Amino acid sequence: MYRYDEFDHGFVTSRVAQFRDQVERRLSGELTEDQFKPLRLMNGVYLQLHAYMLRIAVPYGTLSSRQLRMLGHIGRTYDRGYGHFTTRQNLQFNWPALKDIPAILDDLASVEMHALQTSGNCIRNVTTDHFAGAAADEIADPRPYAEILRQWSSIHPEFSYLPRKFKIAVTGAPKDRAAIQVHDIGLELKRGPDGGIGFAVYVGGGQGRTPMIAHKVRDYLPEEDLLAYVEAIMRVYNLHGRRDNKYKARIKILVHETGAEEITRQIEAEFVEVKKTELLRLPDEEIQRITAYFAAPDLAPKPARSGAFEAAKADSAAFAAFAENNVTPHKAPGYGVVTVSLKPIGGIPGDATDVQMEVVADLADAYSQSEIRVSHEQNLVLPHVALDDVPALYAKLAEHGLATGNAGLVTDIIACPGLDYCALANARSINIAQDLSNRFGAPERQKDIGELKIKISGCINACGHHHVGHIGLLGVDRRGEEVYQITLGGSGDETASVGALVGPGFTGDQVVDAVETVVDTYLKLRQGPDETFLSAVRRLGQQPFKEALYGAA
Amino acid sequence: METRAPYAHDHPAAAVRAVRDDEDSMTETADANLPLWRNGRFEADEWTRAGEGEAVSEGPALLPLVRFLAERDALAARNAPIGVVVEPGEAIEELAPHLDRVSLVVLTFPKYADGRSMSSARLLRQRYGYKGELRAAGDVLIDQMPLMRRCGFDSFEVVNGPTRAQLAAGKWPDVPFYYQPTGASQQVEIPAGTRPWARRPG
Ligand code: SF4
Repeated sequence: MYRYDEFDHGFVTSRVAQFRDQVERRLSGELTEDQFKPLRLMNGVYLQLHAYMLRIAVPYGTLSSRQLRMLGHIGRTYDRGYGHFTTRQNLQFNWPALKDIPAILDDLASVEMHALQTSGNCIRNVTTDHFAGAAADEIADPRPYAEILRQWSSIHPEFSYLPRKFKIAVTGAPKDRAAIQVHDIGLELKRGPDGGIGFAVYVGGGQGRTPMIAHKVRDYLPEEDLLAYVEAIMRVYNLHGRRDNKYKARIKILVHETGAEEITRQIEAEFVEVKKTELLRLPDEEIQRITAYFAAPDLAPKPARSGAFEAAKADSAAFAAFAENNVTPHKAPGYGVVTVSLKPIGGIPGDATDVQMEVVADLADAYSQSEIRVSHEQNLVLPHVALDDVPALYAKLAEHGLATGNAGLVTDIIACPGLDYCALANARSINIAQDLSNRFGAPERQKDIGELKIKISGCINACGHHHVGHIGLLGVDRRGEEVYQITLGGSGDETASVGALVGPGFTGDQVVDAVETVVDTYLKLRQGPDETFLSAVRRLGQQPFKEALYGAA
Repeated sequence: METRAPYAHDHPAAAVRAVRDDEDSMTETADANLPLWRNGRFEADEWTRAGEGEAVSEGPALLPLVRFLAERDALAARNAPIGVVVEPGEAIEELAPHLDRVSLVVLTFPKYADGRSMSSARLLRQRYGYKGELRAAGDVLIDQMPLMRRCGFDSFEVVNGPTRAQLAAGKWPDVPFYYQPTGASQQVEIPAGTRPWARRPG
C-alpha cells in the first residue's frame, strides 16, 4: 500500500488545520452557512436532510487494517455506531456533529486518510478495480497510476473550479470491474505495440440524468504521458465545458455537443503543447518507486487445489454458495479474493457497524496481509486469502452477519441513500432494496437466477447507478407519490450499455412484484442456466418483459 | 505560517504605475480607494477603463479584448500603456500574438466558482510567456487567491469585505505543499523530494 512521506503528511495536516479554523469561524458565527458552504464542501462535509454528512475518501478503494479499524473507531465515537460504504468506494458518516469534524479529520490524518475532494466541482477520488493487485486477469496494477493521479489532482489550482465534478476510473484488467466507460475519464491499462505499459483513454461517459457511454479518444497512451494527457483533457473541459446549466455541465455533454472527433482533436492539440513543457512527464524511476508500494505481498506457495476448501464446500451448501459467489481466483495458485458482502438478506446495502469494521480489520490481519478493499458495489474485499483459510474466515464472518454468499447475485443490490437521508431524493431506495432482498433471499432461488445486478437510485442523479443495472430502479415523483421506473439491460462492464426504460413506473407497493415478474419472465425464456439475465435481455429485447408487466398491447 | 501575506517582491509592472503615495502605513487600512491587492498590500488602481465606444483617456488605458483587437494599431500609436480585459468565454489565444504591446491583462471571475480564467492565466504565463501584470477581477475571494497566484495572477481587484479584512489581517490560506508544477506560479516553488510533480514554496 502507498505510505505517506513527510510531504504528504504535511499536506494533509496543513489542510486539516486550515479547515479547523474555518469550522471554528462557522461555530462562532463569523461565517454564515452560505459562506461556509464552499469551504466545507472542499473538505467532504455535506448538509443532508437531517444532519451534516462527512464523506471520507478511500483512495481507489484500498484500506489497511489499521485504517479500517480507525473508521470503526470514528463510527463508534462520533457517529451512531456505523458507517456507509458508497458506490464511489468511499465511506460516509451520516451523523457527525460539526464541532467534532476537525477531530475526526485529525484521527483520519493519523492513519493517512482525509476527506478531500469527495465533493465540489473538482477531480474526485480516483476509483479502480476492487480486485486490483490480486485478480488473475490483470495486466498491471492500476493503483500506482490512481495514486499518481490522486496526488497530482490534490488542490489543483487550475482544476478546482471545474464546470462540474469530475470522476476518473482506472482498470488494469480487460474485464472491467471499475465501470470505466461511465466515468468522465476512463483509463484501461494495456500493453503497447512496443511492449511498454500504457492506457486506452475514454472520455465523456457518465450517469446522472443523461447517461452516456464514453468515447475512446486514444487507443494507446504511453504511461509517461499520463499526467500530460489528463491535464490536456482537463483544460479543454475547464475552458469549454458548459457552465450555464448545471445539468449540462459534465464533460459528457461537451463531448456530445462538440462531437467525439472534434473533441479528440482539441485534446490531442492541447496535449502536444502540454507535453512540450516536459513538466508533467512521468519518469520511469518514479513510476517504479510508487509501484513498489503496491508490490504483490509475499504469499507462501500453495498447491492450486485446497483440500480444506473443497471439503468445506462438500459439507455445507451455504459455504459452497459463498465459495462460488464470493471467492474469485487470485493471481497466486491456492489463493482467492474474498468478497465480504455488506448485503445481508433484508439489510441496508453498504452499511457496516463499528464492530463489523473491526472484525474485518482483524480478519485482514489474520488472513489477508492486512489489506481490505472497498468495492463500488458497496462490499468489502479481502484480496489475498489462502483457500485453506477460507473455511475459518467464513466461520468468523458468519458470527458477525458478514458471510452472505450473494456477491453478484440478485440480492447483491446497490442502492443510494435515497429519501431516508438525501435532500434531493424523490423516493426511498433502501427499503426497496430490503424488500427485494427478502423476496429473492432464498439461497436456491438466488442460485437459480444467477448473475443479476439490481441498482436503485432515489432520483435522476443516479448515485445508485441504476442506468448500468441489469435491472435498474429509478425513484420519481408522480404527483407527490413515490414511483419507481424500471430499466432493463444496463451494464457497467467492458460491454457497457445504458438500460432502457421498460414502461410506466410502479408504486412502492407494486415494484417488488414487478421486478419478480421480470425475473420470472427471464427464467421462463432463457435458453438455459448459462444464459445470464443480461444476455437474455440483449437477445430478447424489451417486448416479452413489457408484455409480462403491462399485458399484451 | 507567514504573518504577512507574501509577494513583497518587485512587481514587473511597477514601471507603468502612476505616481502614488508610497507610505507603508496604507497596508493597515482596507481603504476602498485602494481596490487592488498587489505586492502584498492594498494599492491604488492607476488604470482607466475604456469600454466599447468610450473615449480612451490619457495614461494607462484598459480595453475589452474585442476593442483592443479591432483598434490595436491606432492604440499602438498612443504613447501610454495598454491593458486588456479578457472575459472567461473569450479565447486567450487571440491575445497571445500581441502580448508584447500589453502591460496589463485582467481576467475576470463572474462567480468565484467559474474557474475558466484559471486556465487562461496559466496559458498566458506558461505557454505565451507573458511577463506583465496579470490581474484577477470580479468575484475574488480569499480562499481562491492562493490558487490564483499559482496560476499566474499577481494582482487582485478585491471588493469582498471579509476578504479585504482577512488580507488586511495578513491571512493567506495556502496549503504550502503543492502536488503540481504549474509553470505559471508568481511565487518561487522548488521541487520537493523525488516526485517531479511535488513542489514547496521556495
Ligand atoms: S440518486 Fe438522488 S436520491 Fe439517491 S443519493 Fe443521489 S441525489 Fe440522493
